Formats: sequence, structure tokens, C-alpha cells
Amino acid sequence: MQEVGAFVIFFASIFTSNILLTNFLGMCSYLSVSREIRTAWGLGIAVVFVMTITSVANYFVYYYMLVPLQLEYLEYIAFIIVIAALVQVVEMIIERTSDRLYASLGIFLPLITVNCAVLGAALFLIIRKYDFYQSLAYGAGSGIGWMLAIMALAGIRAKMARRSKVIPALEGPGIVLIVTGIIALGFIGFSGIVQIN
Amino acid sequence: MAISSKKIVLDGIWYNNPIFRQVLGICSTLAVTNLFVNTAVMCLGLIYTNAVSCVTASALRSITPFRLRIISSTLIIAAYVIVLHNFLMAYLPDISAQLGPYVGLIITNCIVLGRVEAFSIQNRPLPALIDGVSSAVGYSIVLLGISVVREALGFGTIAGLSLPWEFTKWTIMLMAPGAFFMLAIVVWIARWWGMRREELQKSSK
Repeated sequence: MQEVGAFVIFFASIFTSNILLTNFLGMCSYLSVSREIRTAWGLGIAVVFVMTITSVANYFVYYYMLVPLQLEYLEYIAFIIVIAALVQVVEMIIERTSDRLYASLGIFLPLITVNCAVLGAALFLIIRKYDFYQSLAYGAGSGIGWMLAIMALAGIRAKMARRSKVIPALEGPGIVLIVTGIIALGFIGFSGIVQIN
Repeated sequence: MAISSKKIVLDGIWYNNPIFRQVLGICSTLAVTNLFVNTAVMCLGLIYTNAVSCVTASALRSITPFRLRIISSTLIIAAYVIVLHNFLMAYLPDISAQLGPYVGLIITNCIVLGRVEAFSIQNRPLPALIDGVSSAVGYSIVLLGISVVREALGFGTIAGLSLPWEFTKWTIMLMAPGAFFMLAIVVWIARWWGMRREELQKSSK
């Protein structure tokens, strides 16, 4: 994968292979925390933050710890622990340094430990054999792409709650899934601009 | 707390089906529903993981510190998923390559953690086993249904066997939006059915 530039990967992971809209990762929190724009924004920022850091950390853990020791099969356990530990560290740093940031992000950080998208990004960058800069770009891009998707959905849901009458049986997850499908269709329009597999 | 096994099974498969009721845990499995065979392998893997994780978490429940329960459940699940991953790589290498990272993502599948957290922690191993298997089976039935429709419309085949008549393939069913729309339709039908049942019960009283 040397021939693909980090910049291309960054854009591709936001638009053409959005981690939520094409890989279905991070659906649980996407469905449950998208009722208001403000909370969606908070969670989105937290995901971008954590995903960028954990992608880089997992890159180093995999290539500098697991590969030399020939323990690649432990990657799942190692990644989970790295993600959980980093989320804790980030939480503590934010708590000490910025009260305002902690008040807005604090409740979301523990949720991220079990967000499939964070683990998924780590597994994808190993499977696709990205180098350091590509991993950094992929982590940041996937986080931003996820944030974009949840913000778009939160905006639509906020409007929908005020103006639209939804069939009772479709209310909640049903209509959200249909809206997501339409957003995903829109994102297919981006494909062909840049391509990663 | 004595809950009958029959109630646990019915709850897991229908009344409290993880997909209709909570729309949980679709991340790791929805992505592979465009082929029936891949979905079936994935679902079997999920049933296995859910069953053994529930039993283990339940057996260890008295020695697990309360504050550490989530991380310990996650590690239990991760250990079993590693076994599953290696098994697939050894015996079904083609399917394992197609599933890619999604087998590993069973770890963060909300259903497994959800059942461990909601049921196994408070119950003895045998009910936990029944609960784990039945909720995973309920989940698998829905996803297998989705995969049959997606494969039939998208490729014109069911489990690799081609359908007897010719028609224009729906490419959208193979792409991500198809999965979202199919799941929405399934949730819609299930909720509509549930609401109708409640109304019938009310009017008959």
C-alpha cells in the first residue's frame, strides 16, 4: 500500500469509504446519541480525538511489540486494552486541564471504549498494511467521517422531531435507518473521486 | 429469581429480540449480509461467542469486582473471539479472508456485552447459557433473513445457487444503503406486528 498517499487515505476515509456509512461500524452509539445536535457534536469530537490517538498507538503496539514477539494472534486483546487505557488517560488529562471540555466530553468518553468504530479502524489499518503516516491519516479521517455522519443525522432528526409526522411503527430506529440509508446513497456520489479498497 | 427456561428462550428469540427491541449489535454483522454463506458463518460464530462468554461471565460472577466487570467481560469475550478467529483461519480460510476484520469486531458487538451485563452477571451458568444461545439465535434469524433477500435481489442467487428465472439485478442491495433499507423494513414490520398485537389484546379485554 506504499503507493497510496496519506492525504488520499485521509479524504477517502471521510467520504468514499466512510467507516459508518460503508462499513457499518459504530452503529450503536450512532443510533442512540443522535437525538440532539449538541450531544452528537460532543461525541463526534471525542471520537475524532480518541480514534486518531488509538490508531497511532495501535500501530506502534502491533509493529513494535506484537510482531517482534510473534504474538500477532493477541492483537484483539492488545487493541482492546490499549483503547480502554488510552480512553482513561485522555479522560484524566481532560479532567485536570480543562473543566469546560470535561463537562462537554466527560460522559461520552467511557462510551467510546466499546465503540466498534475505534477497534474497527485499528483492525483495518493492520489488514491493509498501512505505514505510520497512512495510519495517522486513516484514524483521523475515519473519526471525522464518523462525526460528519452523526452530525448530519442529528440535524435531520432535530428537524424531523419538530415538523414531520412519522408512522408510529417506524418511529425511532426504523426511520433513522431509512434516513441513514439515504445519507449513504448520497455519499455514494463521492465514490470515484478517490479510491481505496 | 426463578425464570423458566421457556420464557428465556421466547424472550431472546422473539419478544425481546435484540434487533427489534433495541437495534443493538448490528455493527459487526450487517456488513457481511450481502452473502448468505458469510452471514451464516458469522452468525454461528456469534452464537458460539455469546454462549460461552455468558457461561464464563456467569461462573466468574462472584469473584469479579463490580467496578472491573466491563473490562473483565470484554477480555473474556476477546479470548473466545481469538479462538474463533484462529478456527476460521485454519478450517475456512476463504471465508475468513472475506470476513476480514468483522470477526474481531464481535468483541465490541453490543449484544454480547449487553447480554453478559444484563443477564449473566446476575444468574447461574445454566440460565445464562440458555439466554446467550437464544438471544444470539433470535439475532441470527433476522440477519439471515436480510441476507437471503439481499443476495437474491443483488446477485440473483441464494447461498450460491442461482434462481431459476432471470431479472435485472438490484446493485443497490449489494451496497451499504441496501442493508440500511432492509433493516429498516424488518424493524418496521416487527414493530407494526407488536403494536397490532397489543391493540388486539386491549380490545379483547
